[in-house]
Parts: sequence; structure tokens; C-alpha cells
Amino acid sequence: MEEIVARVGKNLAELRQNFRSGRTRGLEWRKTQLRAILKLVAENEDEIFEALNRDLGKHPAEAYRDETSSSNYITESSCLGLLSSFLPRFMAEAATVVLVGKLPLLLFPAKAEVLPEPLGVVLIFASWNFPISLALDPLIGAISAGNTVVVKPSELAPACSSFLARIVPLYLDNKAIKVVEGGSDVAEKLLEQKWDKIFFTGSARVGRIIMSAAAKHLTPVTLELGGKCPIILDSLSGSDLKVAVKRISGGKWGACAGQACIGIDYVLVQQKLAPVLVELLKKCIKTFYGENVKNLNSICRIVNKNHFERVCNLLEDPGVAASIVYGGSFDKQNLLIEPTILLDPPLDADIMTEEIFGPVLPIITLNEVEESIEFINARPKPLAIYVFTKNKTFKEKVLQETSSGSVIFNDTMIQFICDGLPFGGVGQSGFGRYHGKYSFDTFSHEKAILKRSFFLELEPRYPPWNGFKLEFIRLAYNFDYIRLLLLLLGLRRRYTSRIVI
Amino acid sequence: MVVDAAVAVAELRATFASGKTKSYEWRVSQFKAILKLTNEHEKDIIEALRSDLNKPEYEALLYEICGVKKSAKLALKELRRWMTPEKAKTSLITFPSSAELVSEPLGVILVISTWNYPFLLSFEAIIGAIAAGNTVVLKPSEIAPATSSLLSKLIGEYMDSSALKVVEGAVPETTALLEQKWDKIIYTGSEKVGRIVAAAAAKHLTPVILELGGKCPVIVDTKINLEVAARRLISGKWGCNSGQTCVSPDYILTTKEFAPKLVDALVWELEKFYGKEPLKSPDLSRIVNSSHFNRLTKLMDNEKVSGKIVHGGQRDKTTLKIAPTILLDVPEDSLIMNEEIFGPLFPIITVDKIEDSFNVINAREKPLAAYLFTNDKTLQEEFVESVSAGGLSINETTLHSATLTLPFGGVGESGMGSYHGKYSFDAFSHKKPVLRRSFVGEVAARYPPYTPKKQRFLQAFLDGNIIDIFRALFGW
Repeated sequence: MEEIVARVGKNLAELRQNFRSGRTRGLEWRKTQLRAILKLVAENEDEIFEALNRDLGKHPAEAYRDETSSSNYITESSCLGLLSSFLPRFMAEAATVVLVGKLPLLLFPAKAEVLPEPLGVVLIFASWNFPISLALDPLIGAISAGNTVVVKPSELAPACSSFLARIVPLYLDNKAIKVVEGGSDVAEKLLEQKWDKIFFTGSARVGRIIMSAAAKHLTPVTLELGGKCPIILDSLSGSDLKVAVKRISGGKWGACAGQACIGIDYVLVQQKLAPVLVELLKKCIKTFYGENVKNLNSICRIVNKNHFERVCNLLEDPGVAASIVYGGSFDKQNLLIEPTILLDPPLDADIMTEEIFGPVLPIITLNEVEESIEFINARPKPLAIYVFTKNKTFKEKVLQETSSGSVIFNDTMIQFICDGLPFGGVGQSGFGRYHGKYSFDTFSHEKAILKRSFFLELEPRYPPWNGFKLEFIRLAYNFDYIRLLLLLLGLRRRYTSRIVI
Repeated sequence: MVVDAAVAVAELRATFASGKTKSYEWRVSQFKAILKLTNEHEKDIIEALRSDLNKPEYEALLYEICGVKKSAKLALKELRRWMTPEKAKTSLITFPSSAELVSEPLGVILVISTWNYPFLLSFEAIIGAIAAGNTVVLKPSEIAPATSSLLSKLIGEYMDSSALKVVEGAVPETTALLEQKWDKIIYTGSEKVGRIVAAAAAKHLTPVILELGGKCPVIVDTKINLEVAARRLISGKWGCNSGQTCVSPDYILTTKEFAPKLVDALVWELEKFYGKEPLKSPDLSRIVNSSHFNRLTKLMDNEKVSGKIVHGGQRDKTTLKIAPTILLDVPEDSLIMNEEIFGPLFPIITVDKIEDSFNVINAREKPLAAYLFTNDKTLQEEFVESVSAGGLSINETTLHSATLTLPFGGVGESGMGSYHGKYSFDAFSHKKPVLRRSFVGEVAARYPPYTPKKQRFLQAFLDGNIIDIFRALFGW
């Protein structure tokens, strides 16, 4: 334990010193590091796929789509952003130069702007379900903003964790970027230190612990949590419904076997559509993943024994077990659970009150699809709501009357790869956001700057105050130049005191 | 009036759930109500501030009343634009699709305000929260009791009390409020209490804005218009609630040679502003209460610094006034240099070269603001690049916080989050990304079983590499 404390302390001191030295602030340094990340991913792709397969049974196609390719375009857009703002002052697009006209005459001449600057030393906690991208994506943001970084990969994905610990120092500047491996004991020691920002992806329970620890040091945090992300399925034409079911199946079981923060948790559908939905889902599952739990392909396994037992326990509730309409079997040795569909499990069962984070899909039926709004609003705000509908009015209703991290119409999961959209939660699903330029912003401090010259002093600013000065200032402050002119010409009465001193 | 915290929150949640506060008209009606109450009760507000702080009418008018009116008017003018969804870029990968960011309110906001600008700081946050469509509980500071009860009365009379409540009280009431679950908390005050608020918020995963303070330094270079600089320094220090302002310059950094000239200029202007007997000037605020008065006199009388007073030092316990006081060459380990002064004491630290000031500042906690008086463009550049603070002003003090187009907030120990103007609207909103897709444009390669051909196509597709896409499609 002392060894951990010493190691953490030493790392942090080194990073602080290197940050102070200005090493990470130059445009060149940042671009070099970002290119190195691209290179790291490109040159070690096979090893990454191998590690993901060992940790999660993740298929290379899934690994590529969800883990390694995202680094590609995120870095590209960050790089391009940096490149396009060539000035010594970075991010001209982010530095808003405010026109003099918007400043009160009181301040003329003056210039106001906002300059983004790095926060300092940043701590990133990556989760185990997308262990490569959830480490690299925030790292990219922290680097492009000019910070020094410690990344703590999840110990629940040990092959990826040790890959990162081994490979990152070979490509990136290890005076500024460090990977610290370990379990909750190491995390605890890290949290005792003072950081300039903490970025956490994981569960709400651990999110609270992180935030409480951060509060002691007044450290700002970004929490990317989860929630029960629902699908609302409206009635659709035959062909549209088939597409919807594909997207739902792909989204549910094709992303880490349901172990994803934006993963589909449950479906809300009108009762009369449920039978067709179940049939189509069954067909889809068989086509995509196979039929026998022993012969499943293209699907991840459950990350470890604990989570495996947790999901199995959810299914053991008698009311829940009775609602299984497909699947339900598991392979304990290989930690595989078959894609499972439930039809109307009891709403007070754990499976409907906790985030499932597994390959089980409850379908909840309603009389009318509009009831889905009330259903969702009675529960904590999720990270995403997916709505399959062509009804414009209903779309607007969902948008206006529900709250979630994001809303996707007629697809699932895909917001994750849209760089132009911020990725983050609200309420219990978290706060703060990243991806694309939002990553840069999240690891920056927007410093306000006002510049004046000595020219043009306004006497009325200064005491001793009298009626004239007070009226002058009042009018100037409110951009009321006409009345100001009248005052100066003696055509307007001076301010008379409202109170008796 | 004792308001039960849980009951208040429950009522506000019900109001919020009804959707009333989301309408543009409702928000506008509340801004108009704020303008009305400010206009109709200007006299009462000035009197309350005089009672709580002996705030000069000028300061009450300019900083508090005009400040609130300006914010409300800006919100009225800009709200429609702020509420309009922002279009977002989509990429080829999701084609065909469209994306936008829709601003939505968070829900129920807790505003914990403070005593030095009690009217302004309460309404500034309320305006932001309402602009974004939320319901609000305001907890004004008990250290400014006249303003606290005036706020409770006026808000109850003029604004929609099903959506906006005032809970007066002290530590027990604040603690009870902090135990509730809020959708956002904004706290203005000290670092110490800031930590308590952040810890309470952590239990509910509530995001917070903490507007704290710090020791805001001002560097004064040579070859400047000393007369103008001195006036701006005085204005920012003693003209702002007698130094009891989070963005007031806390201490001065200047060269050993220049210090005497600076002191002379300050003394000269001080007399012009406040006369020969500043304790009798009606244009100076008093210290808010005897506890702070004692704290400040202790700082002044401390043996390490009492000999360093070069001007001022007079105090009157009965009126709680302390005269503008300047100290020269205080030791850096003295008490006055290790806590936020928040009062009319202005220590000067001298350095050999003006550039050395940056090291002095950077060795300390990041302040809410930092100031520099200089005509040297290089020095200005270096200052902006290397000094980290919530905000900076060059050749000016405090006024960046009055510029509503600039974000106002701290960094590090001076706080987190920011607000003012549109930043307020953003701070109290959730910017919800909305991605719209249609059912056309299906890419079979998305779905398992993943064959090598699908994988090649997927890789090419995600890379946006047209040639490879073709090759994968045609099996080359």
C-alpha cells in the first residue's frame, strides 16, 4: 500500500512540474501526441483485438467499430481543429472576440475575449466495457486541451489494462501522460490526491464516491454514467419494422452484449404490436447470433463472474422467469448468456429497477404508445432515449416532455460516433460531456479577458459622488446615449437621492 | 415564515412537471416581474443595502440595481434566440441524418446567495435559472438580513410563487436544503462552505456551480498613467463594498523602485475620493458585521505587518468602519498574505523585476481574477498566457465581471462553472443532442454475423475511404 501511495505521489508531482514547465501547452506537442495515438492504434490493432477478445470475447468487427475507429475520427477532428487555428492563441474559433459595441460606453475603448487554457493535471477513469476507447477518447480531449494526464484503466478488463500500461509509454510522452493500473485500492489512493479535473465513466454508485472525493479538493468532474435507456417503438410499416428490429437487435446484443451505457435496456411498445415484435426479434437473433447458447457467435461474453451472476439473478425472480419468451439459457463456464427476451416482467422486479447491463431485453406493453412518456418520466433520466416512429407530433412530444442525455430517432447507439454531438448525461445519467470539440472544452478553462487602455477616463466613475455623476453612470451603463447627451447638455435633471441619509 | 425544505422541493417538482415553466411566455413574464419590482422598490432596495452594509447609494444603484435590470433586459431581448435549437454537424457515417442540440431546463435549482451583493447575486442566478425554464429556491444570506427579508417579500409578491420560493435562514436551514435532491446548485461564497456544498451535491450526483473567491492579485508596472491606474485601483478595491468583493484586487505586486510612487498616487487619489477623514465619508461601505471587523483588525494589528502600514489603519468599532489602509512590503508568510482579505486592506508586495510577479502568483492557488496595469504589450501577452485565474482584466479592475458577454466563474480553488448572460442560460440548461435518422440507408455490414468481407467494408466505411469502400463492396 505504501508503495502505491509513493508511486502515485511521485507520478503526480512529476506531472505537475512538467505542466508548470509549459511542456504540454505548445501546439506542436499536442499534435505530436495526437498523431502518436493514431499510430499507436494503427500499429497495434491486432494486439488490441486480441486483448478485447480475451477480456470480453469481443469480435474484431465490434472492436473496430466501437473501440479503435472512434479514435481515428475524433483525433482527426481535434487535429483539424488545432490545425485550422494557427494562431499562437489556440482555438481562435473558441476565443470569442466580443465587439466593442456590446460593451457599455463606460468601458470604451476595450476588448473582451475568452481564451481556453488547460486545467493542469487530469485524472481519467476508464470503464471495462469499451476499455480502449473509453481510455483513449477522453485522453485525446485532455491532450488537445494541453493538460498532463493520468489514465486509470479498469482492472475488470485486465488484458486491455496491461496493454495500455505497456504500449502508451512507447508512443506518448511519458513525462506528461501516465497509465496507472490497479484495482479499487489504487483508485482510492489516486482520489486522495488533488487533481485539476477528474473524468469518470462508470456506474452511478462509484460516480458518487468519485464526486465526494473530488469535493474535498474542489475538483471539477465529468461523470459519464448510465441508466435504463428505453426504446419507444411506435407502429411502423412492415419493411420499416424489419429495419427497426435489425437496429434494435444490433444495438442491444451487438454492443458488448448489452453491457453499454447507451445500450438499450428495455422496449416500450403498444400491446397489440408485441407479438409481431417478439417474432421478428427471435428471427433476427437467430440470424445474427445463432441459436444455441453453446454456439453463439459475434456476441461478447459477460465480463466476469460477478456480473454474470448478477444478470442471472435478475432472471431468477419467479415473475421475471415466467416472462421469458425467448432465450434464458446460459453457459457458466464461458460466461455467456443467450440473447433473452422478456414480455411484461413485473415492473417492481430488480430487472426493471436496475440497469440491466446484459443481454436481456424486457418488452413492456402499453395500451397506447403515448403512455411511454409517462413511463419514462417516472424513472431517473437515462443517458439516451431511442424512438422508432414516423409520427412528427409524437416525436415533438417525446422531445419536449422527456429528458435524457440524448434522443435518437429511428436508430440506436449511433450518436456515439457523431463527433458533432456532445456525449453526456443529465440527472442520474451524469453531467458534463465530450466527443469532438466538446472533449477539448471539457478539459479546458475558459478564461475571460478584458483589456482596456488608459485613454478616455470617465470621471463620473469616481467618488465623491453627486447627483450628476450618478445619473451619468446610470445612463451610460444602460447604453442610454440620448439621455446621456441631454444630461451633458444640462437638459436633463440630475439624479436625486432616493433615501434620506 | 418557516418553509419545510422537502415540501418546497416537492411543490416545485410538481410545478416543473406541469410544464408551465418551459413556456417562453412564462419566462418572459418573470423577467418583466423582476424589472417591475426593481423599479417600484428601488428606494427599499437601496435602504436595505444601506442597512446591511452601509452601501453607498451609488454602489447600490450601479452594481446591484442596474446590474439586475441589465441582466433581465438582456434575457428579455435574447431569450428567443437562446431557446432556439442549435444545428449540429453530422457525418457521412450516419447519412442520411440530421442533428441538433435542444436546450431543456434541468428542473429544480437551488441558489445559495451571499451577503456582499445580496440583491444582485440572488437575481443574477435566478434570471439564468428562469431563462432556462427551471423552478428555483433562493436561499439568501442571513448575514444581510434586511435584504434577505426584502427579497422574500418582493419575490413572494411579484413573481410566480409556485415556481420560485425563498427560504430564509442560517446554517440549519441551509443544511436542510442541501439534503434534498436538486437538479443543479449554484453557490456563491467561501471555499470552506463550497466544499460542504460540493460534498452534499455528490450524494445526489447534482452538478454545481461554485463561485468562490481567492486572493486576486494586481500587478502594477512602470511607465503607465499612474493617475488613471490609481483611480481604477481605488475604484476596484475600496469602491466595491470596501474590498468585500470576490473580484476586488486583494494585493498589489510592483517593483521595489516603483512602490513609493504608487503609494503616493494612491494616497493622493484616496484623499480626493474620500476626504481627509475617510471614516466619515458617506461613499464608503462599512464592514458587514463585527465578526469580520475583528478578523480584519486582527490582520492589520498582527505584529508582522502592523509596522508596514503606510496609510490608513484607522477604525471605528461602533460604526464598523475601517479606513482605506495600505501596507508596504508585507512578508509573504504573514496571515494577511495567506487568506483572502475581503476588506479595505491593500498590501503591496515588492519584487525586483516585474516579471517575478508571475512566479509569486503561480505559486499560490488560482484566484477568481488577476489584474495587470501596463503599456508593455509583451508583458500583457505573457500575463494572459501564464497566469491562470477565473478572469483577467488589463489596465482595469473588476469590470470583466460586469461584462455580460464574458463568462464569470473561477478555476481551481476559486470555483467551477460560470454564468452571466448567455452563459447563465447554458449553465442551467441541458443541451440535449437529438439525432434523426430515417429507415432508408441501411448498411448490412453493421450487423452480425461478421464476415471478413463485412469487416473490410465496415472499416473502409468508418474510415470514410471511398476507394476502399468500393473495393470492399466489389470484393477486390
